[in-house]
Amino acid sequence: MAKTQIALTINGRPVEALVEPRTLLIHFLREQQMLTGAHIGCETSHCGACTVDMDGRSVKSCTVFAVQADEAQITTVEGMAGADGTLHALQEGFAEMHGLQCGFCTPGMIMRAHRLLQENPDPSDSEIRMGISGNICRCTGYQNIVKAIRYAADKMTAAQKEAAE
Amino acid sequence: MSDAAIKAEDRKAGLEGIGCSRRRTEDARFIQGKGNYVDDVKMPGMLFGDFVRSPYGHARIKSIDISAALAVPGVKAVLTAADLKPLNLHYMPTLAGDVQAVLAEEKVLFQNQEVAFVIAEDRYIAADAAELVEVDYEDLPVLVDPFKSMDADAPVLREDLAGKTEGAHGARRHHNHIFTWEIGDKDGTDAVFDKAEVTVKELISYQRVHPSPLETCACVASMDKIKGELTVYGTFQAPHVVRTVASLLSTIPEHKIHVIAPDIGGGFGNKVGVYPGYVCAIVASIVLGVPVKWVEDRMENLSATAFARDYHMTAELAATRDGKITGLRAHVLADHGAFDACADPSKWPAGFFNICTGSYDIPTAHVAVDGVYTNKAPGGVAYRCSFRVTEAAYMIERAMDILAKKLGMDPAELRLKNFIQPQQFPYQSALGWEYDSGDYPTAMKKALEKTHYAALRDEQKERRAAFARGETRELMGIGVAFFTEIVGAGPTRNCDILGVGMFDSCEIRIHPTGAAIARLGTKSQGQGHETTYAQILATEIGIPANDIMIEEGNTDTAPYGLGTYGSRSTPVAGAAAARVGRKIRDKAKKIAAHLLEVGEDDLEFEVDRFKVKGLPEKAKTMKEIAWAAYNNLPQGMEPGLEAVDYYDPPNMTYPFGAYICVVDIDADTGVSKIRKFYALDDCGTRINPMIIEGQVHGGLTEAFAIAMGQEIVYDAAGNVMGASLMDFFVPTAVETPVWETDFTVTPSPHHPIGAKGVGESPNVGGVPAFSNAVNDAFAHLDITHIQMPHDHWRTWKVCERLGLTG
Repeated sequence: MAKTQIALTINGRPVEALVEPRTLLIHFLREQQMLTGAHIGCETSHCGACTVDMDGRSVKSCTVFAVQADEAQITTVEGMAGADGTLHALQEGFAEMHGLQCGFCTPGMIMRAHRLLQENPDPSDSEIRMGISGNICRCTGYQNIVKAIRYAADKMTAAQKEAAE
Repeated sequence: MSDAAIKAEDRKAGLEGIGCSRRRTEDARFIQGKGNYVDDVKMPGMLFGDFVRSPYGHARIKSIDISAALAVPGVKAVLTAADLKPLNLHYMPTLAGDVQAVLAEEKVLFQNQEVAFVIAEDRYIAADAAELVEVDYEDLPVLVDPFKSMDADAPVLREDLAGKTEGAHGARRHHNHIFTWEIGDKDGTDAVFDKAEVTVKELISYQRVHPSPLETCACVASMDKIKGELTVYGTFQAPHVVRTVASLLSTIPEHKIHVIAPDIGGGFGNKVGVYPGYVCAIVASIVLGVPVKWVEDRMENLSATAFARDYHMTAELAATRDGKITGLRAHVLADHGAFDACADPSKWPAGFFNICTGSYDIPTAHVAVDGVYTNKAPGGVAYRCSFRVTEAAYMIERAMDILAKKLGMDPAELRLKNFIQPQQFPYQSALGWEYDSGDYPTAMKKALEKTHYAALRDEQKERRAAFARGETRELMGIGVAFFTEIVGAGPTRNCDILGVGMFDSCEIRIHPTGAAIARLGTKSQGQGHETTYAQILATEIGIPANDIMIEEGNTDTAPYGLGTYGSRSTPVAGAAAARVGRKIRDKAKKIAAHLLEVGEDDLEFEVDRFKVKGLPEKAKTMKEIAWAAYNNLPQGMEPGLEAVDYYDPPNMTYPFGAYICVVDIDADTGVSKIRKFYALDDCGTRINPMIIEGQVHGGLTEAFAIAMGQEIVYDAAGNVMGASLMDFFVPTAVETPVWETDFTVTPSPHHPIGAKGVGESPNVGGVPAFSNAVNDAFAHLDITHIQMPHDHWRTWKVCERLGLTG
């Protein structure tokens, strides 16, 4: 099948690639870019395991074509930690609050939470629950995921305050 | 400060051993997207397989034309039963003593059954080509209602079993009959019922559901024809058994098969069995000589691999007028689908359903289970429970409420009146189990106090009166459930999988610096084994958990074990870990005596060292002993510090718990809201409270899903309705209630550290708690039992039937 050239930025790194027009973004990331953090849980955009950040929005990369990501800025879970390896507050929160078990939903959950906290830096528990309702977890019952996101929100807010002072 | 001066308590804390809410070691890779799941496995030249599946529930295959599919560029092969039959692989043995078609030969027996396997360069081409395989079917009468399975004129499903009047579990009395399993004293039970003061009888159905882990089933098979070695990466909860089965089926010697279960994205029973996808990927790799990957999609997962439940249980209780239960009688119709692929220990066709006397001292009981074939997907796995234990717990806990209603007693009071008492343990149940330990009244009373149960009942009374006066449209239900699980299968005298006893194992090597690697025969799918096993070993050996790496899943390096399901990891492999630690300590003591130039009897163990009694400054730490094990040993002792233990448990373990749920139901819409859910679990010794709580949260959420919405439904034509996440209820964070957890601790007397296992308790106890709560909302009205799932529609229908809707 004829391929299309795309140019995009993934985790701050410029990428040029040839893709089939029908190639899904999740397959492009996982198979061509070897970024296997985002997972496939349903291929029908229900489960959210494939969630990545695209141009400032959470997208389910199983229902986005790679060609739609042409010129896009993409962040995946692999791009969350600092260049020096420092964990993002969300990553720290998930480990600290036992917000994961099998880990399969975690990359999508972290990416969704990342965008949620950009949209609402101080969400209530029910706002967190609504905010992650496009992401399914089969292991944790969500209670500790809510705590993990709360942990990150508090830490990020405190860091911002400190920076402002 | 010298090391010896550091207080024992502080040194103990530093080990992060048993009882510590240690953060998980496995998390680092998962939070950074560096887990290694099967679909992440890539091998040079790897091809991708996809199935052609049956659109019919029951049909004869007249012809299969693969030519158009083969003509698609990038397609390498298309396998059908005709290719597998010469290899004798068109059928495979199931765990239940039946066979299952790998690829359908003459007939298809359920919708989405595997018919052909297309292997292509990538998954897109494989999917395209699968569409082009032309299968000509002649449809046949479909059987979906298990109650009609054994009708005289019921269609013959399994033509391959024609004339077989004997199955793996005794006589078959009908062409759709699989087995009858009976246990207990039939005559004695009938006699009790004949003279009972009060009896209740109810058909209590547990609908067909699916474990639906977030990662579907998958494998990568790679045959190295030069070496004659087969490597299989797969989503295997029991990788060692898979290796044995693969060897028996393929005739490749077992040492030349490398089965590896990498990170697994949840299992819940779905990943215990062997599926056609694994067999086809292996065959394709053998035929083509390159690696072949198979990953099922969500619809395939929900409709073809391993459903759970589908038990239709007629329960009867006999009791005195004042509420003392005198007998239990039950008959179960078990819908096993088209093949009996139930995942149970070989001798237990209905699993441990005979735990159905529950937590109660019921003197006489009899149970019979009939397994039947229907045109539905095969399976019958233990979805987050021990084998058929959640069905048993649901039946007895619903029956208790039904009896309470008939007697006019409070459900909690009826339970308290009939509990097995603490002094009765070890307790012999009427249906053959020896319960190891328990203190049920203490747990129940604690739950009642913590939830202010009496006040809740008062509130309910007031709300019912208010409803009658038209002041509220809400019905309040209080669900009480008290469960006893039976987990940790199991003693090899009565538990095996395909002839392999259900022991488990742990092996440890302590390196000269005192750091160690331990390997076990189980396989975590999210339970946190890498964290908790290290805690057991840390406490037993006296080296920090952080210095112990845990590995599972690689059958080349790990000792043989039967895997992780039925809450067996802690009761069986966890016991092996404790015992391996004690073996290390025994040798370490000899080395310490040698180093300190004293007799072994002069030494005592303290946290992380052996010290000379009365001379605490004269001590050798485990770290020092580890070093000595490689250079300074007593004469004649083998160098090194390693041990292995294969543990055959003397009995199962019996975790228990008291759950209380409060639900508010809108009578006009049927919409229910879980106002409160309190779960008290007793899993014996608690290894990592943080992980236990996480397991309980997760199990309760699955119980909530099952009780309140999950169902795999078939229409009369055998179409599976709802095999997608659009239709199959998997709760999001919005629907999921907030959980309150609590505990008591009653150690198992026969387990080396007293632990019982916990992962499945919340599912076993949660389902009846939710269902009892919904039923209780209507308990003052003319209704005895509402079938699950209690989704809003069904609940609204109940309201409508009772004339409650506005």
